[in-house]
Amino acid sequence: MLFFESIRLALNTIRAQKLKSFFTLLGVCIGVMFLIAVVSIVEGMGRYMEQDLIGKLIGVNSFELRHRPNINMGDVDPSVWESYRRRPRLYHDDVAPVVEALPADTRWAVVSDNNLPVSSRYSGGPRNAQISAIEGDFFAIRKFVVAEGREFTPQELEMGTPVVIIGPDIEKRLFPGLNPIGRELRMGGLPYTVVGVLETQGSAFGLSFDNQVFAPWQAPVHRLLNRVPTIVDAIIVQVPSASQMTEAQERVRQVMRTRHKLRPGQPDNFSLQTSESALEFWNKLKRYLVLAGIALPAIGLVVGAIVIMNIMLVAVAERTREIGIRKALGARRVDILSQFLVESATLSTVGAAVGIALGVGMAEVIAALTPLPASVAPWSVVVGVGLGAGVGIISGVYPASRASLLDPIAALRQE
Amino acid sequence: MSDTTHAEAPLSTTAERQAVTSQAGVTPSRDWVIVTRGIKREYDMGGEIVRALRGVDVAIRRNEYVAIMGPSGSGKSTLMNIVGCLDTPTDGEYWLNGTLVSSMKDDELARIRNKEIGFVFQTFNLLPRATALHNVELPLVYAGMSAKQRRETAAYALERVQLTSRMHHKPNELSGGQRQRVAIARALVNNPSILLADEPTGNLDSTTSSEIMKVFEELAEQGQTVIMVTHEADIAAHARRVVALHDGQVSSDTRRERFVNDNSHIIEAKKG
Repeated sequence: MLFFESIRLALNTIRAQKLKSFFTLLGVCIGVMFLIAVVSIVEGMGRYMEQDLIGKLIGVNSFELRHRPNINMGDVDPSVWESYRRRPRLYHDDVAPVVEALPADTRWAVVSDNNLPVSSRYSGGPRNAQISAIEGDFFAIRKFVVAEGREFTPQELEMGTPVVIIGPDIEKRLFPGLNPIGRELRMGGLPYTVVGVLETQGSAFGLSFDNQVFAPWQAPVHRLLNRVPTIVDAIIVQVPSASQMTEAQERVRQVMRTRHKLRPGQPDNFSLQTSESALEFWNKLKRYLVLAGIALPAIGLVVGAIVIMNIMLVAVAERTREIGIRKALGARRVDILSQFLVESATLSTVGAAVGIALGVGMAEVIAALTPLPASVAPWSVVVGVGLGAGVGIISGVYPASRASLLDPIAALRQE
Repeated sequence: MSDTTHAEAPLSTTAERQAVTSQAGVTPSRDWVIVTRGIKREYDMGGEIVRALRGVDVAIRRNEYVAIMGPSGSGKSTLMNIVGCLDTPTDGEYWLNGTLVSSMKDDELARIRNKEIGFVFQTFNLLPRATALHNVELPLVYAGMSAKQRRETAAYALERVQLTSRMHHKPNELSGGQRQRVAIARALVNNPSILLADEPTGNLDSTTSSEIMKVFEELAEQGQTVIMVTHEADIAAHARRVVALHDGQVSSDTRRERFVNDNSHIIEAKKG
């Protein structure tokens, strides 16, 4: 009962002194706001990384055999780079033995890619695009869908027919206002016929996935993608279920170790990259980001706590007489103590609530204005409210204990 | 209220009082609401010891209406604070309702104040932001009464001081006399053993003062023990017994045979 009374009293105070309350609660408010916003963005990025970005780059239940990992987030030691550089490349001759080692229901694909200028007679100058020469079930593994036209036929893949499937960006730039199917596109001085246009893949961090051109691996363009034409950048393997991943990776590893003539004890000089290994760095980064998302608001909360403590000290001084009256009427120390504690906790929780609302809003605004995605984590809201109440209680302890220790006679005498 | 007859309630005699105040350490009988034995209160004012009370023996029987008088500096405020359990004596015994309160700790004193004592202050001491009803409810809040019961009890107390119509007004919407009546209602709401009034008319004009004094008289007639601290003789004249303090000691303790209702009569009598 005294509890609700104290809450009511605190809310009345906020209502009566709006400007003062605003400044009082600013610290907590900003602290919680940043907590919510930062955590939302980290969560949103995490979800994005796990579900969209890496999923698109690597695919479900799949791994990529590469001479070195192509997704390197964060710092890679220079000596590691050096060892990567010395690794032997993968050659097209490696494809057949690797595929043979895999179970029959396994999907596989070969890909080499590079950035090259492409042009058409329907638009101005050449435009750089990511050119991939592919073989196998590439589109199926990556879940790429051909929106217009068709996929490559097995004959085209085998013969290296000069045909291409393009991303929507290429369609827009090189064939403005035209249906690109059947039209000609030039790469490396040679003409290619467009047979399909992919569905849009969207973008990540402002980087479009739609600025791509795919050609059969055997098509002439593969000669332009790597120093040695027979080099392949990656052999992609997709197994039917997650449980088969380890087994498949082990088989590929053995084949490659044999082919590279590695002795037991020598480390692999190739990489088997999974979506998990690509996410490893992200998970590490995420921990730091969450820590930062907690440490930075903590500064705001400390400032907020000091301000609330000051305001509560002023409140105790202003209401000395009230405290005297309450004591004369039978309030024990603990009654006075809890009254002021509840009051400062209420103040601070109101600040936190406003901060949560602002933080959610801020996350939405950031998500809308920047490529950063945001998703409000329920736990951060709980933590926000808890922090609000906690800061209030901690900063209220000193003023409240001062109030509770006031001598009733002296307090009553105060004007 | 108690159901005994009060107009003729027995006043304690000097002999009885001496008997009860001299037996140090003995629990007084339940008749005696207040018994102090050799109460001393000393303050350390920066190394200088100020003796506010130098051994005060006071015994007050249930249903008595007593005025404590004295000039400023006589120690009457100190005595009132001790009697009201806001302060404890440096030395001596204070028995309230058969309980030794002079050695109690702060929280125990708070409980005693809540249950046994109703304060009426010169400056009313109402919470400015709370309604009359809420002010009256306050002692019940600390007594741990439920909200519903609190409301009813407080409303009844306000009815007793004829303020039912002003129940939901805040102190600044009430006149001085009304505020003091709210304060009296608040003092009565817990059925305290003693009603302790400190210069209750000090901030009121003469018409309102006599109104308030009438309320006290009615309460005394209903059997409420009333102790009033004042330096005004005509206010003290309303009481049936006047304890005068001088230099921290009781200088006189006089009883009036007749219950004085008529203020002007007293003033005339004093002039004559």
